[in-house]
Amino acid sequence: MRLPAFGYLEPSTVEDAVELLAINPGAEIIAGGTDLIPNMKRRQISPSTVIALGTIDGMSGIQVDDDGGVTIGALTLLHDLAASSEVPAALASAAAEIGSPQIRNVATVGGNLCLDTRCGFINQTESWRLASGLCLKADGDVCWVAPKGEECVAVSSSDLAPVTVALDAEVGLVGPDGSRTLAASDLYRSDGIDHLGKSADEIVTALTVPPRPRWRTGYRKLRRRGTIDFPILGVAVAVEVADDGRVKDARIVLGAIAPAPMRMRQAEEALVGSRLDAEAIERAAELAAKPVRPYDNVDLGSRYRKWMAPVFITRALQDLR
Amino acid sequence: MTGNVVVGRPGPRVDAADQVTGRTTFAGDIDRSGMLIGGLLESSQAHARILSVDTSAAEALPGVRAVLTGADLPVPYGILPVSQDEHALAVDKVRYVGEPVAAVAAVDADSVEEALSRIVVEYEPLDAVATIEEALASGTRIHGEGEGDNVHRRAALEFGDVGSGFDAAHLVREDVYFFGGNTHAALEQHAAVASAGLDGRVTLWSSTQVPHYLHRTLEKVLEMPAGRIRVIAAPVGGGFGGKTDPFSHEIVAAKLAMVTGRPVKIVLSRQQVFYAHRGRHPVLMWVKTGFDPEGRITAMHFKSFLDGGAYGSYGAASLLYTGSLQTSTYRIPNYKFEGVRVFTNKPPCGPKRGHGTPQPRFALECQLDEAAADLGLDPVTIRRRNLVEPFSMTVNHLRITSCGIEECLDRAVEASDFSAKHGNLPEGKGIGLAAGAYLSGAGLPIYWNDMPQSEVEIKVDRGGGVTVFSMATDVGQGSTSVLATIVAEVLGLEPSDLAMVTADTDLTPVDLGSYSSRVTFMAGNAAKEAAEGIRDRVIAAVADELGLSADVVVVAGGRVGSANDEDKTLSWADAVRAAIVRGGSLTGSGSYRAPDLAGPYRGSGVGISPAYSYSVAVVEVDCDSETGEVRVAKVWLAHDIGRALNPLLVEGQMEGGVYMGLGEALFEEQAFRHTLHRGPSLLDYKLPTFLEMPPVQSILVETDDPEGPFGAKEVGQGPLLPVIPALANAVHDALGVRVAEVPITPDKVVAAQRDIKRGGDGRFGPRSVPDYDFGRLTRVDPPGEF
Amino acid sequence: MTDGILTLTVNGEARRLVAEGQRTLLELLRDDLGLTGTKHGCDLGECGTCTVLVDGKPVLSCLTLATQTRGSEVTTVEGLADGLVPHPLQKAFAELGAAQCGYCTPGMLVTAAALLERNPQPDTDEIRQALAGNLCRCTGYIKILDAVKLAAGAVR
Ligand SMILES: Cc1cc2nc3c(=O)[nH]c(=O)nc-3n(C[C@H](O)[C@H](O)[C@H](O)COP(=O)(O)OP(=O)(O)OC[C@H]3O[C@@H](n4cnc5c(N)ncnc54)[C@H](O)[C@@H]3O)c2cc1C
Ligand code: FES
Ligand code: FES
Repeated sequence: MRLPAFGYLEPSTVEDAVELLAINPGAEIIAGGTDLIPNMKRRQISPSTVIALGTIDGMSGIQVDDDGGVTIGALTLLHDLAASSEVPAALASAAAEIGSPQIRNVATVGGNLCLDTRCGFINQTESWRLASGLCLKADGDVCWVAPKGEECVAVSSSDLAPVTVALDAEVGLVGPDGSRTLAASDLYRSDGIDHLGKSADEIVTALTVPPRPRWRTGYRKLRRRGTIDFPILGVAVAVEVADDGRVKDARIVLGAIAPAPMRMRQAEEALVGSRLDAEAIERAAELAAKPVRPYDNVDLGSRYRKWMAPVFITRALQDLR
Repeated sequence: MTGNVVVGRPGPRVDAADQVTGRTTFAGDIDRSGMLIGGLLESSQAHARILSVDTSAAEALPGVRAVLTGADLPVPYGILPVSQDEHALAVDKVRYVGEPVAAVAAVDADSVEEALSRIVVEYEPLDAVATIEEALASGTRIHGEGEGDNVHRRAALEFGDVGSGFDAAHLVREDVYFFGGNTHAALEQHAAVASAGLDGRVTLWSSTQVPHYLHRTLEKVLEMPAGRIRVIAAPVGGGFGGKTDPFSHEIVAAKLAMVTGRPVKIVLSRQQVFYAHRGRHPVLMWVKTGFDPEGRITAMHFKSFLDGGAYGSYGAASLLYTGSLQTSTYRIPNYKFEGVRVFTNKPPCGPKRGHGTPQPRFALECQLDEAAADLGLDPVTIRRRNLVEPFSMTVNHLRITSCGIEECLDRAVEASDFSAKHGNLPEGKGIGLAAGAYLSGAGLPIYWNDMPQSEVEIKVDRGGGVTVFSMATDVGQGSTSVLATIVAEVLGLEPSDLAMVTADTDLTPVDLGSYSSRVTFMAGNAAKEAAEGIRDRVIAAVADELGLSADVVVVAGGRVGSANDEDKTLSWADAVRAAIVRGGSLTGSGSYRAPDLAGPYRGSGVGISPAYSYSVAVVEVDCDSETGEVRVAKVWLAHDIGRALNPLLVEGQMEGGVYMGLGEALFEEQAFRHTLHRGPSLLDYKLPTFLEMPPVQSILVETDDPEGPFGAKEVGQGPLLPVIPALANAVHDALGVRVAEVPITPDKVVAAQRDIKRGGDGRFGPRSVPDYDFGRLTRVDPPGEF
Repeated sequence: MTDGILTLTVNGEARRLVAEGQRTLLELLRDDLGLTGTKHGCDLGECGTCTVLVDGKPVLSCLTLATQTRGSEVTTVEGLADGLVPHPLQKAFAELGAAQCGYCTPGMLVTAAALLERNPQPDTDEIRQALAGNLCRCTGYIKILDAVKLAAGAVR
């Protein structure tokens, strides 16, 4: 399978990269390339120019900040994130479950956060899509999953995305107008096509996780095989436990069921004040699972994934006890 | 000097050194001077008339050397003489998405892609047929082929009298099962390289399991004498039956080479491999079985509905295979089989490991467990009471010779501690059992002829070097090593002493190919005979030279001569020279033809074999009762191999069979949205990884088959068969659910559990089959000795 | 820099090539350097067959742009043996029948070699995890596991 032709640029600073991105319409960033390259081979996108971040210094590594938070460079490899004892447990364990060992050896944190949304009708070769009929997300005018809908329902399939939202993390961005930070929850939009809340000419430079001294975090992933497969449901949880053993604050975020990670606030509130006992977990899981309406556009279909939501939420919370 | 020891000794493959250093040259690795790249245009329509194909824009592209369409290759072909229904490139009509419509040869891959995208095909879409039910109901006809409507083939056979068998039964069960289609997914994508010389000869290297049949197809389609065509099967990167048909890209590569005068290589994309398919048929099955109070089968009526996809392929045989081997493991006194294979607008199904028999085996072995429960018997007892006897005939005229099913059952049950565990493991854990049998080579060749099914030649040079020539094709199963083992054993040499020349129609005598587990048995017997001819000449010469009586001369350890007097021996090389001095050129040949085993009815050619292998599997599972996920804890597999020529290779085949069986049982499905493949990729089609594979305990059972080479039978396919129902039975033991549909995915398990909670019977799967007239019933008397 | 001059080390030998921007490492190895020991089974990162080592780490050559390996050391199956002395893994794979069709073998071998380099005495689970991205359709992985264990004994 050949890649389409493109111009290849290797800036040595983020600022250069931003500039190249601005002056090359139709350009795409490449980090590890494990999402971009397959998508290009399948002609889901054919960028005129590919701008590589690999040669930029200082964008990788995991650093403990003065306040006890952690800053993770966008080019940090998933392999290194998975092995890190400095990051919250959920982040490392989610990273360890992404793709295969070979993929984690080159795939980056920034690439994972910006991972394109996925769907059984889009992650297919060009000839397959022509046979099926083109869809909203690539050159078509209909969504084959929800033909009545106007919006693309491709699924946010990043394992890190729900975790970063659950950790109240922020991403550092550099764009033509300078740098800024954005809450992870704002990095995602509920639109399968335009799924990122940053502008296309901004580059993610780092992920910052605030200090979380009393928080326990965890991640549970549903997929068919123990490796390689994308999540078809991801549950990221975090709870802050007070001295009296009661939950002070909580996050429950579901991935891989909609175009963006979904934060389940009602369920989070239901946990607050509890001792994370079976009853509280059950109630929270029920509340969190209720709004889950997956589409039949990834493995195992919608009904089963709906069934599994409370099971996985329960297990993720039980892990924190 | 004692007898040889090669047979029965675990040893490496003869080609291992190349394999581990990256030197094995697969078809896709071949590079030829001036070679062009070829590619195929896939149909975007499931069912459509081709109104026009405009190739002008493609031809105008610099770099393009040739463009072909259906009109350039008008001769139809197909693996079976009765199903000559395919064209290398679609003519007039397309019948599935992905069917090759046009082809291009160009100087590089980019030009090929660009050229293919410039070919304009105008289609008139037709209604497409996606399922068995649609095919039986639809007025749209996919084919002029077959028996009418969308029916490719029907079969209706009755052996004995099932009516009276059911009347005499204490328990009669009727159950419906469905086996979803799946595919071989060999890791090597099919590839072919063709070269045509100015001398008018064509050479094709291909990842094929059947160079001889491919040779015949090329002769027909290219309309050239076979003597001018050379087919070489490159080492095959996994076959499993997926490279057993002649394929479009092979014919097209040859034609492109002839048109351009340049070598041409075509490598299928992974998606095209899914479209080329020829994998496991989806089969809907209805089974009615009668049992006496002790659990002995009194009669069985089996109906199967096969979704064949768009073309015939091996389908006429596949259909009969879904009915023929039920009787090979259990004594069924009265048996009726009715089956139908339909055409649908999907990639053609064909033979995959176990060809047509894993589906009925799944149904039969699940139903046996269900009947055992009804009768208050355990799974071992009900099977034990029905086992076929060695050296017996079945009601449908299969000749059973060596048969180790009982020992397989005993040893698998004992090793796994099945009887203590079954019904007694904690919630979520379970254990299941099943048996199976498979052919050691189909009794008949694919095209009718009276010639041997396998020939082997051996040439010995003056230095003692031995070269073995055989068209047997190593697809990873180790056939080359098996032949080397046999010849080495006979000649008193080591397998590594031999030069093996295989699978080349210019150089090697015919072997029909690597399918139906025939190579060890058939090519093995031919090789043995060829080697014995050489051995006898060498022995006679040495006896003469050393003044010994020929009957005291032995060959072993690279020497020939007296067994107990080292001084009265010659080195192999000296012995060979003595033979050449006395008799001239030292060559030998051997051949094998299966005995005539056909029964007295039409269709009896399918299922007969000179010998059957037997297997029993026990699978232990650990299920997640909330997610429905089935984790396999361990598999025990006992296999009657006849005689293990090389136990290491035998175990490898058994482990691989378990692997593939578990993949089919739990993960793999060639799934469609109507007629469109859901995900023709290795991400969407789930092959089990290292993490899904449980430990396997292989138990080799030896029964010394009287007709097998050194007593050997097959192991390539049989071990897969019982794994799938054993797993289904284990899931039932663990959770009380009967998932009567393969693959047993977690969503089905959970659905069945929810059904129980709602008061249902916990069965997942179809409950009925179409009401269908299978045509005129042929009644056959059981064999006299039955 | 669409078609750049690329220098890299392949199996210990310095190579200098012109590679178009869209060339993958897989294409560079197989088509430009004739190192066909490295195979492919999907071209999309889904099977592990195309694994090679870049600076000692297993990566998928079908997803790697050749240009991204500038200055790197690439090791393929052809580079595992030391002249005529096979790597212990090669020996063990051959001896124990860990290759059936042999198609996944090159990728398995280099992935396992990287594991043993990093962890000379891996336990069963570490071996399974390290090879989890390499599919094999023939062996059921069992003889592969045995072979890596055997080689680990020898590598020590
Ligand atoms: C077989 C297979 C299995 C996989 N399984 C999983 C899985 O289980 N879970 C999972 O989450 N992912 C999975 N992936 C997807 C992918 O490998 C990972 O998400 C990976 O982390 C992507 O990182 P990358 O560096 O390779 O991204 P790239 O492919 O380089 O980039 C991905 C996208 O992000 C953009 N991008 C990259 N870096 C930046 C940046 N710093 N700023 C702005 N934009 C940027 C790119 O332009 C591109 O659009 C799988 C991929 C494959 C091929
Ligand atoms: S070819 Fe399959 S991962 Fe590269
Ligand atoms: S040995 Fe055939 S794929 Fe592994």
